[in-house]
Amino acid sequence: MLQKAIARAPRWALVAGVLAVVSAGLAALAVFGAAVLPARTGPPVEELTVERTVLHPGTIELTVRNTGPDPVTVAQVTVDDSFVDVAGGTEPIDRLGTATLRLDYPWQDGMPYRVGLLTSTGLVIEHEIPVAVATPAVDAPSLGRMALLGALIGIVPVLLGMTALPVLRRAGPTATRVLLAFTVGLLGFLAVDAAIDGSDLAAATGGAFGGVALVALGAALAFLALAAVDRIPRRGATGPHLALLIAIGIGLHNLGEGLAVGSAFAVGELALGTALLVGFAVHNTTEGIAVVAPLTGQRATPSRLLGLGLVAGAPAMLGTVLGATVTTPAQAAFLLGLGIGAIAQVAVQITPLLRGAAGRSLDAPVIGGLAGGALVMYLTGLLVAG
Amino acid sequence: MSAATSRRRFLAGSAGAAAWVGALGWTLAPGAAQAHEGGRTPPDRSGHGGGINGATFRAGQVVDHAANGFHPSELLRDFDYGRTSQLSDGRTLREWDVVARDQEIEVAPGARFPAWTFNGRIPGPTLRCRAGDRLRVRFRNASEHPHTMHFHGIHPADMDGVPMIGRGVISPGEEFAYEFDAEPFGLHLYHCHVGPLAEHIARGMYGTFIIDPPGGRPAADELVLVQHGYNTTFDGEGNQLYAVNGIPFHYAHEPIRVRRGELVRIYLVNVLEYDPINSFHLHGNFFEYYPTGTRLEPADFTDTVVQGQGQRGICEVRFPHPGRYMFHAHKTEFAELGWMGYFEVTE
Repeated sequence: MLQKAIARAPRWALVAGVLAVVSAGLAALAVFGAAVLPARTGPPVEELTVERTVLHPGTIELTVRNTGPDPVTVAQVTVDDSFVDVAGGTEPIDRLGTATLRLDYPWQDGMPYRVGLLTSTGLVIEHEIPVAVATPAVDAPSLGRMALLGALIGIVPVLLGMTALPVLRRAGPTATRVLLAFTVGLLGFLAVDAAIDGSDLAAATGGAFGGVALVALGAALAFLALAAVDRIPRRGATGPHLALLIAIGIGLHNLGEGLAVGSAFAVGELALGTALLVGFAVHNTTEGIAVVAPLTGQRATPSRLLGLGLVAGAPAMLGTVLGATVTTPAQAAFLLGLGIGAIAQVAVQITPLLRGAAGRSLDAPVIGGLAGGALVMYLTGLLVAG
Repeated sequence: MSAATSRRRFLAGSAGAAAWVGALGWTLAPGAAQAHEGGRTPPDRSGHGGGINGATFRAGQVVDHAANGFHPSELLRDFDYGRTSQLSDGRTLREWDVVARDQEIEVAPGARFPAWTFNGRIPGPTLRCRAGDRLRVRFRNASEHPHTMHFHGIHPADMDGVPMIGRGVISPGEEFAYEFDAEPFGLHLYHCHVGPLAEHIARGMYGTFIIDPPGGRPAADELVLVQHGYNTTFDGEGNQLYAVNGIPFHYAHEPIRVRRGELVRIYLVNVLEYDPINSFHLHGNFFEYYPTGTRLEPADFTDTVVQGQGQRGICEVRFPHPGRYMFHAHKTEFAELGWMGYFEVTE
């Protein structure tokens, strides 16, 4: 009887029915479940993570997020074992809520500080400021400088690398396969690098938004999104199409890299200088070679090449600006995850092209290319003394 | 010098001046901002403001003394001489009732500490007697934990208030009368002696025990300062808050008022747990120091004394000039975590 009714019911009615049953079940669980289970024993679990530290002369401003299950109230605050006057954050901070504490403290340039947040229950949550440096003001000139930095470490090296195209065109089919394998090795290195950075950042989030799972989520979403993009104009995974995919993958990676550089600069952990710029240039020039690797057998207009270079390099500008201003560790971890997923998708797209005449992928030229790509990225990465 | 460079220098100079004005404005601003936020009057930042003016809790905040059930300014001169009666041999019998309780105390504005107390206060009552008196302390344990009262002084073993000797541990709901003679004269202390000992003391179970010499001491304005701390994290490694007489920074908010030229006698006791030493430093003055108060002649004339755990001594001082004089632990960390205050000397 019921089975017949279900079989005859329209699809929307079935969906509505399932939703109704699930919601009723959840509501019943919420109402009656809590009543039969004992309350948690022990003191409240208090966790706070400092997401942002802004230093201006005489003040230390901390944006804290409650990453634990219970509300937290910051009663008093110490800096280096001395209580200080604090404005803000007097109300309880609910789970995932934030508060901004403005500490009245005569901090000095270049010195380390240890902040202690004494909660209403007497717990002390410590936060280290490894090196106190005045936070750059968020104004047009400083944002312009950050964007310029992004362009110098992102766009310029990629475009420089792309100038290798005429040389690559002279190469034979084996050299092309070596080059594509080099690209995969390079991307693989970047993915591992980003995964390490992402897990470090995830650790800094206090786990409120899933920690490392957030990096994995970003990677999965980017991987699937690029797979979908790849399906739309299905003209084979060769040539301009593949070059665009590589450019997008590298672009998402450079977004994360720009974030890291911008935020490191904002907290004074990064010395901007010739060494850093040259290091990044050498490191990212290889990314330009990767973008043009699929174009050796194609015609490509200068405007198309410029477009590819911007797709791959310009996100670094967005990254440096966001990193120096607004991003939280959780957002940065997610964006790094996007880069990992994008790179993985690109590697998947390139792999079929590595096949030689004998139909084997892992022959000597390809193995050499893969190893060379990873090795070059490792060695050039050493030039960037973070 | 060309016009261009002089102009540039002028601009740099004015930018510097602007930064100074900004910094000054900022120094004054937080108090004003707070006054608007909380409807409070701007705090007095002349003496104990934040930043460069020294350590402080959030400006304008104090604990709720009424809810705590005791006020550090009141227990400063609160000497409990007990109920007295005459024994058949002519000696004075002094009797006290002391109750142990579990009690939550606001130890810093907004921060609560699950304390164990004697008579509902930290430190416990200052029990005072004269050498040779017979003492009877009726101790009732209304706490959920076992406790004792262990007195420093000369007394029989079964009155020592430690586990497994004499009556030993006084379990919850039980009571016991400690009875002994008051000797030797001096400044002593009492505290719970049940294990884990550091925690039983650090939770707040201590107080001052004064035995006056047979002939008394010269008339003076007498004060008790008990140095202690709160290990609010219960990690047994140092303290998060340091204080005299219960509440950190209290005498910074309410200075101890004394009169110019009058003899001031400070009964200074250290019961700090988890830190090996404590110290007392008085600004703008020197004091005669009587270690443990067991001699009538001072041993030192100084402005700083160091006391280990359980150490105590009497400081006698006269303030020749009116005004505010800071006193604090010269272990600066303790001072900046609450162990500091002021004497306010008036005519």
